Amino acid sequence: MTLALDQIATGGTASGANEEALRRQAHGERRSMLALTLPALLLVGFVVLIPIGWLFWLSFVDKSGFTLIHYQRLLHPTYLLTLRTTFELAFTVTVVCLLLGYPLAYLASQLPRRWASLVLLCVLFPFWTSLLVRTYAWLVLLQRRGLVNTWLQKLGIVEEPLRLVHNFTGTAIGMTHIMLPFMVLPLYATMKTISEDYMRAAANLGASPIRAFWQIYVPLSFPGLAAGLIVVFVLSLGFYVTPALLGGGRVMMWAMQIERSTTVYADWGAASAMGVVLLVITLGILWLVSRLTGSAKLGEAR
Amino acid sequence: MLRQPATSTQITHLDRLWLYVLCGLVIVFLIAPTLLVIPMSFSDSRYLSFPPESWSLRWYRAYFGSLEWRDATVVSLQAAFLTTIVATVTGTLAAYGLHLARSGAGRLVQVALTLPMMIPVILLAIGIFLFFAPLELNNSLSGLVLAHTVLALPLVLISVTAGFKSFDMNQEMVARSMGASRPRAFLTVTLPQIRNSVISGALLAFITSLDEVVIGLLIAGGDKATLTRRMFLALRDEIDPTIAAISSLLIVLSIVLLAVSQYFQSEPRD
Amino acid sequence: MATPAEAPAAGGNRSASLPITIERLVKSYGSFKALDDVSLSIRSGEFITLLGPSGSGKTTLLMVLAGFVRPQSGSVRFADREVVLLPPHKRDIGMVFQNYALFPHMTVAGNLAYPLKLRNVPAREIAGRVERALDLIQLSAFGERRIDQLSGGQRQRVALARAVIFEPRILLMDEPLSALDKNLREQMQLEVRRLHDRLGMTTVYVTHDQREALTMSDRIAVINRGRVVQLDRPRELYERPATHFVASFIGESSTLPIEVRDGRASFAGAPLLSAAPTPASSASSFLVLRPEKLRLLADAAPAEANVIAGHVRQNVFQGDSIVTYVRTASDHEIAIRRSLRTDEVLAEVGTAVRVGFSAEDAIIVPADADAPQTGRP
Repeated sequence: MTLALDQIATGGTASGANEEALRRQAHGERRSMLALTLPALLLVGFVVLIPIGWLFWLSFVDKSGFTLIHYQRLLHPTYLLTLRTTFELAFTVTVVCLLLGYPLAYLASQLPRRWASLVLLCVLFPFWTSLLVRTYAWLVLLQRRGLVNTWLQKLGIVEEPLRLVHNFTGTAIGMTHIMLPFMVLPLYATMKTISEDYMRAAANLGASPIRAFWQIYVPLSFPGLAAGLIVVFVLSLGFYVTPALLGGGRVMMWAMQIERSTTVYADWGAASAMGVVLLVITLGILWLVSRLTGSAKLGEAR
Repeated sequence: MLRQPATSTQITHLDRLWLYVLCGLVIVFLIAPTLLVIPMSFSDSRYLSFPPESWSLRWYRAYFGSLEWRDATVVSLQAAFLTTIVATVTGTLAAYGLHLARSGAGRLVQVALTLPMMIPVILLAIGIFLFFAPLELNNSLSGLVLAHTVLALPLVLISVTAGFKSFDMNQEMVARSMGASRPRAFLTVTLPQIRNSVISGALLAFITSLDEVVIGLLIAGGDKATLTRRMFLALRDEIDPTIAAISSLLIVLSIVLLAVSQYFQSEPRD
Repeated sequence: MATPAEAPAAGGNRSASLPITIERLVKSYGSFKALDDVSLSIRSGEFITLLGPSGSGKTTLLMVLAGFVRPQSGSVRFADREVVLLPPHKRDIGMVFQNYALFPHMTVAGNLAYPLKLRNVPAREIAGRVERALDLIQLSAFGERRIDQLSGGQRQRVALARAVIFEPRILLMDEPLSALDKNLREQMQLEVRRLHDRLGMTTVYVTHDQREALTMSDRIAVINRGRVVQLDRPRELYERPATHFVASFIGESSTLPIEVRDGRASFAGAPLLSAAPTPASSASSFLVLRPEKLRLLADAAPAEANVIAGHVRQNVFQGDSIVTYVRTASDHEIAIRRSLRTDEVLAEVGTAVRVGFSAEDAIIVPADADAPQTGRP
């Protein structure tokens, strides 16, 4: 610092000038590194940003120019029913995934490494299997003469085959199967960081295993829990394939409605408006959650 | 044995029996349906019973014998391979650039590149369909590859970025100080060491493209129909048992790819 | 917080502390014996330290007391109550963990209130007791802070307060000061001891730092390889170690192998006279010399027993004292620690000197099984 002041007094020296050039060069070098991301950015811009932007624009125009009519039409009962079905299904799937996924993630985080790897492999396996294949598997299993019904009848649990497919139930089962890994993996990641000392301290202070679980363990698992819940819910909202196949036309989801408007009715106004609504809801939920988990820092669950 | 403590807070295995049973059921739920498809695909009857009353290869013959299924398979494989190459190259370069830049603008770029993961696929599908129409990229391999690449990019990016985190960039500087140019240093020093994460990313890109349904449904029609598109349409109209055979093959492929990716993730670094 | 320790009263009043009786504990992990038939009687209200190197079993013993480890056999009693089968959450004892284990999702006040809530203490009383606890550890303004906002020393104090706020009659501490830097650690050693004196509960403290043990304890149990090697007051342990291991683990010392012939002990020909009884044979016995108990003798002094000849190898200045290393003719090394006096002339390196000590300070110990034989201080 003193050196610089001296130099100001004497009108600057060589080292002062170099500092400036060096800083510029370092900055420029870092900038040019970003150029490596250009091909990827161009792709995303071309294939994602432009089409979405175009859709956005389409949702606000029709033959006569700027209009909100596409959005207004969405207030029609059929659309509202679709929205309700979509939320109901997403909510149901999320809750079931929570009930099934939390215990599994918990157990995996407690097991010694070899067993934990085995469990994780079982969770990853559906991940790597085609969505279509898994949906198809459920289609076959849940049909009237399918495996599930045959076994239920054999075991004497039911007399008539249950209607498990081409309805809400079948769709929910299939989607749960698809979404479960998305719940388990973030939960597991967080749970692995929860030190066993916390549970020991809780026990030592007098908490029974149940109280310790609800009062100490579950709060410490919140980051992974929130991530899992959000991912599953948001993905379920926009889901297309499984409801389309397992719903048998009786379960109309928002995404199916969008596809219909495009391919059957070529109603781009409706389709784009619905798309924008879905996007806004999706991004809105993501933003809301990032605000909540960002501001209420739970401290590090070490 | 069941009365042995399972935790240091002295919860026994017996206390936790319900947990073990529940998790066992969940695991069965996760893997049984998929695996059951394989034996069912050898079933002779149209209703695909399990266990199959009579065994036959008829559905496999139907698959391999059908020109349309074969063409669709070829299209899907071509798209998957091309997507893998494009996505892996651009994704790795982007991850490299982001890692070196480490500036504020970099974070923005990172968000932009993971955007495709956050947007509902159906939306992307109709948008791309709309946009590609005047460009005549619909029902074309190049259009399909472009769309799939954009879906696979975030996965490659995340995988390779993780690989960079455990790589010491000083090694590249050492190489450069010895006279290697930047690209050369990257290719000979950096790349071999982040190889595992690049391969993981590539495998993810491959499987993402191969399994992709929604976008292909809209933009891959005609003689450039993907395998998944054909399967979807066949399933929507009726449950064609040929699908069982195709599914079995896809499942086996998934198992192989999962095993390969696990191998590369657990392989010790040099 | 609690009023100063009350004497165990007749008439059913709750006393401030309980005695602990440990009998014949055995804990093995496969073929490794973590606790090898350990018995220990801990008096009501005493501050006892389990001292030993890592892997000695001291932490395992503490964990058995806490209930986190079940032994294969043995008994643990708090006063008359057998607790070895009791789950940890029913033992009603306080514990400070090595890394504190403060709940990150609760505030400081929340952490302190937690054990009181578990005991169904009414809310108003909780608030008061938390406030007094914060005062006690001098963190009165920190009630609403989150754990990650505290420094290491502050967290340590909160962990301590949380462990005693519900007035347990037994307190366990698992190397609680090991994460602190030296100055803070020494300060906290006194704080912890003062807290114990004020509250009066039986305290079992685990550490590998012998200095810490000597500073804080009423008694020390030296533990090695799953066994209690010696149980004594600090001074006794220091001046009369029972084995070679204890002698070398506690304090500094020079250890020399001795020979015994005709009931007389000697080292390298120099006769030795010890206040301790002479061992029967010379098989594995050692002479242990504390550096501060040795004198450099003037040449003209009469040569009797307890004088060893050698020459100066090195003088090391250590601020408050000087350590002189003397090498004997038999190539063993003896360290002598003296405090500096300005007029004292240092013996130069290479000078022939004679090291002298009294009979009381000639400590003779048997070797432990498998103990390394060494003459280094």
